[in-house]
Amino acid sequence: MTAQSKTLLTIITEVALENSLIDDFKRLGVTGYTIVEARGLGTHGLRTGNWRKEGNIRIDIVADSDQCARIVEHLRSAYDRDYGLLMYSCPIDLHV
Amino acid sequence: MPFEPVVFFFVLGAAAGLLRSDLKIPSAIYEFLSIYLLLAIGLKGGVELAGHPLGEIALVSLAVVAVAAAIPLIAFPALRLLGGLSRADAGSIAGHYGSVSVVTFSVAVAFLNQHAIPYEGYLIVFLVLLEMPALIIGVILAKSGDAVRWGRMLREVLFGKSILLLTGGLIIGLLAGPEGIKPLDALFFDLFKGMLALFLLEMGLVASTRIAEFRTYGTFLLGFAVVMPMIAALIGSLTGALLGLSVGGVMLLATLYASASYIAAPAAMRIAVPEANPALSIGAALGVTFPFNLFFGLPLYYWLAEFFVHRLGATT
Repeated sequence: MTAQSKTLLTIITEVALENSLIDDFKRLGVTGYTIVEARGLGTHGLRTGNWRKEGNIRIDIVADSDQCARIVEHLRSAYDRDYGLLMYSCPIDLHV
Repeated sequence: MPFEPVVFFFVLGAAAGLLRSDLKIPSAIYEFLSIYLLLAIGLKGGVELAGHPLGEIALVSLAVVAVAAAIPLIAFPALRLLGGLSRADAGSIAGHYGSVSVVTFSVAVAFLNQHAIPYEGYLIVFLVLLEMPALIIGVILAKSGDAVRWGRMLREVLFGKSILLLTGGLIIGLLAGPEGIKPLDALFFDLFKGMLALFLLEMGLVASTRIAEFRTYGTFLLGFAVVMPMIAALIGSLTGALLGLSVGGVMLLATLYASASYIAAPAAMRIAVPEANPALSIGAALGVTFPFNLFFGLPLYYWLAEFFVHRLGATT
């Protein structure tokens, strides 16, 4: 079994941003992502998700740490002021 | 005039929400219901449209859309000057109130059907036409020259499911005509009211969370959410009567003007005016104006329609 060292970047944000983010990822050279619907409580209040328009999404991206840093930088400057946005990352072993 | 019974499903949903019941409409069912309602309304409009000269409707439509632009232009200064709201919030809310609510319109149609009051079926075309312009005006007012992501916002509205399905339904209904659409009658027309009832149950649930949130935003917005639809309905019924619509048609136009969008508008505004607080606009439109229109607005707008049609009918 071989493993590569990568970074897992997780982004939790509003469903309204989904299409914009997908366009951004393409521009930033992201080759893959996984999006799931999410709900929960945060600084932007309770996001029940029982109504699609007020739901959240959780996006997972596996990439090099440099690329993850570029994504975080871009999202922070473009969306953090006006939208609910939570990002965190951790080192992972990618099994190929 | 008694209430249209489907509105009680809204009350049931709201009660379930306020009582913290575990009632939840699965999001897939919500999606299905909204697709169904939009298609059914579009088809109905298309079938009605099949019997009318399109040139005549185009002229009436132009007048209806032009007058509707007054609604956000009245709402914006009121929100800014009387309510002291920020430019972004005032523009966003003005856009919501200028745009229209498909569900409010559907309940108004059910109301007219229940009382066997005839109306011009082609008015459904206005649902499609009135959704977009007010949102654009609202964004312009909110941004006043700042950069706007117009491309994404227009794409969101134009190709979002609400305009897409309404327009698609209209075209299919128009092409099929009353005879061609018959095989679909059982699904799209006979079941319509039951589906509307289920959708209202969900709207009641969502609105109940909004009402609680809304308490923090003070009495001005509460007053605005009640007074603004009445002003808009006044403009709508006057316009409808001057255009020579029937009492039922005037009431529907008044309802369209009075209704505030809470499905298409929030999505568009979140993208175009992200600095506006969505809790304010959705809270006002869904938490206050929507139930106000269902319970008090519809009978009031019917009364207004009768008044203006008879008044103007007698003098012209």
